[in-house]
Amino acid sequence: MFDLTIVTNWVHGLLTGWMPSMPWLVTTIECVLVGLFLLVAYSVIAMIYIMYERWVCAWIQCRLGPNRVGPKGTLQIFADVIKILQKEIIRLWSTDKFLFFLAPFLVVTASVLTFACLPWGKGFQIIDFNIGVFFIVAVSGIGVLGVLLAGWSSNSKYSLLGAMRSGAQMISYELSVGFSVLTIVCLAGTMSITGIVEAQADGWFLFKGHLPALLAFIIYIIAANAENNRGPFDLPEAEHELTAGYHTEYSGIHYGLFYLAEYLNLFVVSGIAALLFLGGWMPLHVPGWEGFNTVMDYIPSTLWFLGKAFFMTFVFMWIRWSFPRVRIDQLLALEWRYLMPIGLVNLVVMAVVVTQGWHF
Amino acid sequence: MDISIFGIQGTTLAVTAALTAVVLVVGALVIARLVGPRSYTQMKGEPYECGIPSRGDSMAQFHVGYYLFAILFLMFDVETVFLFPWAVICRTLGNSALPAVGTFLVILALGLAYAWRKGALRWK
Repeated sequence: MFDLTIVTNWVHGLLTGWMPSMPWLVTTIECVLVGLFLLVAYSVIAMIYIMYERWVCAWIQCRLGPNRVGPKGTLQIFADVIKILQKEIIRLWSTDKFLFFLAPFLVVTASVLTFACLPWGKGFQIIDFNIGVFFIVAVSGIGVLGVLLAGWSSNSKYSLLGAMRSGAQMISYELSVGFSVLTIVCLAGTMSITGIVEAQADGWFLFKGHLPALLAFIIYIIAANAENNRGPFDLPEAEHELTAGYHTEYSGIHYGLFYLAEYLNLFVVSGIAALLFLGGWMPLHVPGWEGFNTVMDYIPSTLWFLGKAFFMTFVFMWIRWSFPRVRIDQLLALEWRYLMPIGLVNLVVMAVVVTQGWHF
Repeated sequence: MDISIFGIQGTTLAVTAALTAVVLVVGALVIARLVGPRSYTQMKGEPYECGIPSRGDSMAQFHVGYYLFAILFLMFDVETVFLFPWAVICRTLGNSALPAVGTFLVILALGLAYAWRKGALRWK
């Protein structure tokens, strides 16, 4: 299978050949390259995702969806971006100016940092800590801070209520995400993202881990949906009661940045689901079917990862457009009375399975 | 293991990613500032509230329930932080660590049961 380290090694060799005496400059140029890649990938994926959601939503609701701008509506997103960039950024006299401007930075930073941790393909992973998964869980917590700041600094009642709901929801469901991640870390025996992907070379964790992995997967899907303020859990933005929730007072591209981060977070949680349960960039292998496995190996690893992430996103969208919105008490009861105790027991079951060697 | 793409330290790349985010936000805001219109009126600067003049400050008191859940979250989040190192070496520790972690989890489950019993999980 194609390994991207060939390309990175070649670039590194080329740069070092040009400037053998300045390793710091080489590192700087490489960092700029990585930054450019992140910037482009982030924007492109956000655009694809916004259109993806609109089409899936239209399909589920038996509508046509965007179909006027460009062939089949493909250029709609460019029109939207240009339009939102032209809008005025309204300055309110009542906001806490510093915090108001800081909030989008925190939200976008959290999503870019988690975005950079995803395993894009074989040898193609940008940030690869040995505590990778833990880093993702930790960094995604910054997003909550941004949301709370946005709501508080807006000095609007709708924003405050939206931010409080959002904060309670995001921190509550972070626990369930944490527990399902812990279950998989327990099975994999490592927190490194490369390690987790490589541990799934002979079978994805969803199939390897018996019932606990399946349960962790279901809990992860529910909790990740709530983490993103999406699906049936979008009550921080419940438009009929709170206008737009925590970003009511943001206008123009300022609001667009929250929107961008929201769609990127959707990609990130789908990518993490693919990483933890569906083998990251590992191709699908069925033990015993040698011919099938060889054919699967020919598909590039990046395509595998993106395919899995897009599939998971489809599942998230399907959930979003199928279920009615829950109330705040139902939301918190679901997490604290059901998901969290189940997650806790599930972790213990997984620990017993792993220590007794009952997994495949 | 901390060496990532191009053989650069993971920390450097994390800083790069954070800077990229800052560049993205600043870039978008600058473009909007250059392209977008700018005007200011007293009414436009009002916070949004159904069209009637807003009354009172919004940075006010809110439901205490949120605070309770935040405290509970703190308790269980610290717990997950303690569990991560154990989960990594769960396999190598084998059976010996199970009772210890079990005791830890039971104490925490008792905490949750207490909060449940006290009605902290009920939204009033």
